[in-house]
Amino acid sequence: MAGQTLYDKLWSQHLVKERDDGTALIYIDRQLLHEVTSPQAFEGLRLANRRPWRLDANLATPDHNVPTTVIERAEGNAGIKDPVSLIQVQTLDDNCESFGIEEFRINDARQGIVHVVGPEQGATLPGMTVVCGDSHTATHGAFAAIAHGIGTSEVEHVLATQCLLAQKMKNMQVRVEGTLGTGVTAKDIVLAIIGRIGTAGGTGYAIEFAGSAIRELSMEGRMTVCNMAIEAGARVGLIGVDDTTIDYLRERPFAPQGDQWEAAVAEWRELVSDADADFDKVVEIAAEDIEPQVSWGTSPEMVTGISGEVPDPAEAPDDTTKGSYSRALEYMGLAAKQKITDIRLDKVFIGSCTNSRIEDLRAAAKVAKGRKVADSIMLAMVVPGSGLVKRQAEAEGLDKIFTEAGFEWREPGCSMCLAMNADKLGAGEHCASTSNRNFEGRQGFGGRTHLVGPAMAAAAAIAGHFVDVRQFAAGNDSHHDTPSQEA
Amino acid sequence: MNKFVRQQGLVAPLDRANVDTDLIIPKQFLKSIKRTGFGVNLFDALRYMDEGYPGQDVSTRPLNPDFVLNQPRYEGASVLLTRRNFGCGSSREHAPWALEDFGFRVVIAPSFADIFYNNAFKNGILLVTLEEDVIERLFQEVEANEGYRLDVDLENQRVTTPSGEILEFDVDAFRKHCLLNGLDDIGITLQDEEAIREFEAKHRAARPWLFRETAKAATS
Repeated sequence: MAGQTLYDKLWSQHLVKERDDGTALIYIDRQLLHEVTSPQAFEGLRLANRRPWRLDANLATPDHNVPTTVIERAEGNAGIKDPVSLIQVQTLDDNCESFGIEEFRINDARQGIVHVVGPEQGATLPGMTVVCGDSHTATHGAFAAIAHGIGTSEVEHVLATQCLLAQKMKNMQVRVEGTLGTGVTAKDIVLAIIGRIGTAGGTGYAIEFAGSAIRELSMEGRMTVCNMAIEAGARVGLIGVDDTTIDYLRERPFAPQGDQWEAAVAEWRELVSDADADFDKVVEIAAEDIEPQVSWGTSPEMVTGISGEVPDPAEAPDDTTKGSYSRALEYMGLAAKQKITDIRLDKVFIGSCTNSRIEDLRAAAKVAKGRKVADSIMLAMVVPGSGLVKRQAEAEGLDKIFTEAGFEWREPGCSMCLAMNADKLGAGEHCASTSNRNFEGRQGFGGRTHLVGPAMAAAAAIAGHFVDVRQFAAGNDSHHDTPSQEA
Repeated sequence: MNKFVRQQGLVAPLDRANVDTDLIIPKQFLKSIKRTGFGVNLFDALRYMDEGYPGQDVSTRPLNPDFVLNQPRYEGASVLLTRRNFGCGSSREHAPWALEDFGFRVVIAPSFADIFYNNAFKNGILLVTLEEDVIERLFQEVEANEGYRLDVDLENQRVTTPSGEILEFDVDAFRKHCLLNGLDDIGITLQDEEAIREFEAKHRAARPWLFRETAKAATS
């Protein structure tokens, strides 16, 4: 008999009951809550006169709506100028208080984007099931946990029952073997994977990322990869446990200590796919083939390498794709065959649950150090993922590097990734963004998002257009040459 | 949740693949703490020429005349016909809330994104998956025939076209049961309360570090 995949092991460890119709009841160890997708769930509990099943399984923080300027944040919730946003954040505070759920409020140093906060606190542990009313919950799978986004009805279901009704997913393995080139990062790996399998390529699957290039990544890099599993259609992204996982978690506030730590580590070591495990699908990618990626369209699968060009819809494989490409080029204001390095930018956003951890900020700062943001860039902003990331970055002097280069240094939150607060793009503006979605209007009505890694975003801010960060890192910053084509 | 048994409805075609939930309901409308009232902002960026904001009187907003749902022939549609990977992206349940509030009870497509699939069924919306070539044919029939209606019968898992053609579809038994009876699945799960408690006790004994109270007690 074939061995088990990591996903299979985690599934069977949490299976409460399997129904005849194939639906299963799965036990949930951790639920992360934020202000946008929880109010209706708490309201549902109240209407049905129900209480949360287990308080200590939940952890909350406001992130989507919070302002990010220092001035606004100094006022706490009162600094939220949009009255509708304010009500939502206050509602989270009130619900957590009245139900007894632990919350890191707006100016708590531990506040931040839920997917940065959970791992940073050790609230995400190997062997867990983790859910949150946010599709980027896949992030936590980097710790060998089954972690995925759920809707608000399911948030209420988990609060009330500590379980989720689920159907077992199929297993996919994406193997990235070899060594990444200098300047090529986790973000480039995952964008290249999405470019290969498409935004529906992982639908119905849990994707396990494996191979030597994945093993070489830090936990921050692994989180970046798992975070975007959902952009490939897979609710779950996973990576097996190794020393990197365990070293990251040691001494985290929510992590076990003493004898329990030893017992936990012994069990966590088993959280890898067996060598003879059967996957329903295997995708292999050579690390050497991946160059820094830039998205050109309105879906994360519309992506190419920095040396590439915008595709010609006339060469699309089918009519539906052709229609999508044409619409994307029109929305993005790009021409077929336009070189990626000729795309001029208006704004740069470094942040989001994909790329706002300390390693991301270090990578961007390394590029920004001693250089200046191009005059043509209206706004270049760096938004750390949590108060603790911000504190760490400031201790390392990264904030100074950014501000001296002309970047704005902000307070933690989701910010311009989805523009629910005041940080947004204007119509027609092109943005180099380290976030995860380039959908129409995602970063603001009519805004044009290009997804990149943090070093690429910083390099684009300096140059005013996309450049190959690999040349930049070598000091060959030919940012004075003007793009030949107006975007 | 509303029951869904059978729907004979006017069909509106949305000829676009990978319709994401940001497009179904843009983020500025997610600030509401209610479950209702999202219908006027369904497909907001496609439907109106200007940028919308929550709580706005939409009656004075300029409509995009090219958008399918603004065309008089599709007024009152309750069946949405669309392309592959509908509902991709964000987990926002506001997407099915907006579709339902607008009046859609059925969405027919070649494929749906996973999280949206779950969310729709929890809100009384039936998602029907049909082969890509069948969808293509339905698009042609809808466009050629004004007032084109489909009869969607969940009990028998079939869609009947105006010409009497029968298209069968799959749906899992549990979702079907909940939809036919309009059942709240929290209530159903709580019937297994004892099994959950039993599982939890074993889980806690085997992995006390997953329970903060136990973990604290052990280290303090």
